[in-house]
Amino acid sequence: MSGAAAPAQQMTGSNRYMLLILLVPGLLALMTTFLLPMVWLARASFSTSSMSAFGGGVTLEHYHAALTDPFYWKVAMNTLSLGVTVSFFAVILSYPIALFLTRSTSRWRGVLTALAVAPLLTSAVVRTYGWMVILGDRGVINSTLQSLSLTTDPVRLSNNTFGATVALVEILMPYAILAMLAGFGRLNPQLEEAASMLGASKLRVFWRIILPLSLPGILTGALLVFVLAISAFVTPRLMGGGRVFVLGTEVFQEATVTLNWPLAAALSVVLLALFSSVIVIYQRALRRLEA
Amino acid sequence: MSRTLWHFLIALLYLFLLAPILVVVIVSFDTRQYLAFPPESLSFGSYAKVFANQTFISAFGRSVMIGLAVGLAAVVIGTLLSMALVRYRFRGREGVNFLILAPFLVPHIVLAVGIMLVLAPMQLLDSYTGIILAHLGITVPYTVRTITMSLMSVDRRVEEAAMVHGATPFAVFRRITLPLIAPGLIAGGVIAFLISFDEATISLFIVSVKVSTLPTEIYNYLEVSTDPQIAALSVLLIAVSIVVVIAVEKLIGLRRAL
Repeated sequence: MSGAAAPAQQMTGSNRYMLLILLVPGLLALMTTFLLPMVWLARASFSTSSMSAFGGGVTLEHYHAALTDPFYWKVAMNTLSLGVTVSFFAVILSYPIALFLTRSTSRWRGVLTALAVAPLLTSAVVRTYGWMVILGDRGVINSTLQSLSLTTDPVRLSNNTFGATVALVEILMPYAILAMLAGFGRLNPQLEEAASMLGASKLRVFWRIILPLSLPGILTGALLVFVLAISAFVTPRLMGGGRVFVLGTEVFQEATVTLNWPLAAALSVVLLALFSSVIVIYQRALRRLEA
Repeated sequence: MSRTLWHFLIALLYLFLLAPILVVVIVSFDTRQYLAFPPESLSFGSYAKVFANQTFISAFGRSVMIGLAVGLAAVVIGTLLSMALVRYRFRGREGVNFLILAPFLVPHIVLAVGIMLVLAPMQLLDSYTGIILAHLGITVPYTVRTITMSLMSVDRRVEEAAMVHGATPFAVFRRITLPLIAPGLIAGGVIAFLISFDEATISLFIVSVKVSTLPTEIYNYLEVSTDPQIAALSVLLIAVSIVVVIAVEKLIGLRRAL
């Protein structure tokens, strides 16, 4: 990187003016699309007026509603268990792919890597629809089972938590693979060779060398999938057929159907709190792992 | 574990990962009115229906327009911010960096509620300005990332040589820097376009009737019905994604851009 050799520019009058021109449009855009929304969200969650953030007085009623209603406790529990299940399976299924891509010397490696992360760039709505086709009552799996005369009635695979879980696992796997590929830098084939030359079995090499060295990447992948899973709403809503209640679906319900914006805001803040605490726990775990 | 078994396992996992896309492509050629598998006979009937469906056609047009506007704006803003971050050392630089990355740290659905609350009093819900602004916040981080990477690999001595020979700063930027960072610029713009084009979560909070986008129309349709028309439409969306994936891969490499 030859550009780094040149010193960064010193501040002079005209330079400062130039810097301002460079920064102002971006900062304005990020202010209206990120900072203001966060402030409005916080304010609205305390608002007494149902359709505006700043109308009316200040009340804790929405947090009271969100935190004392047993329904929302159930919703929070559903969200957490969906997040845990989805990240567990997404990690288990992504790990072999990431390991394969890291260690592969094939000339197809580039293509296979692109194939593994490319689903990220197709709409989640489209892939959710794909899972509706696979898991539906007349879908791929049920029609196969029936043509093999294994079942007569369709097996309920969609419009429930199972369907939402399977679809979310697949939709979020590319994120896990990407995070693992970035985190597997410490894997070193020479270490493995050394261990097997010293007489370690393949299983032992995996258990004592590959797995410990790839743990940070696994952890990052798990975190990424977990936070995306607990905030998902399109997939749980469509795959759940209105029978899966998680924080995401409830926020959408309150914001666009019931039009109780302060409650939607309060639930969003609860979701954000859940989100942040998971990230803090993750950072603690990572620090302990590296120590 | 034997090598063949290992490769078989990897192939199965790839099949799982790509299954919904493959299935959608197959179903899109089905002739029946309802969702079922496998197709009875194959035809382009669903595609013909999609192209005759005015709701989908106009939503597609709006999605393209919104995506182009978002891509262009995100590239311009991203270039300016990257120039500031790479070329200048100033107080608050860390803060700016944080502000750019922060939208990554907040769930889209939370951001969506916040943006909805900001846009509502300005009468910008269900408007082009509103949806473009909403998409800008989640795309600028990507353009800043790809453009910053390109900018850091520019050899400053080339710019200095041009400057010594009397080129104005603007001429240096236009004739030297801009062509050198073009791959990062285009890759960032293309990704921004695609994110906007495919985005459903935030859009569903911001738009309703007037500026509904293709993903929101598909979502609304799927809440009631799942016929093969949606499969044909999905294939068209997937085709757009494939073009973008190949473009980004050729320009700067997919893994570096995401």
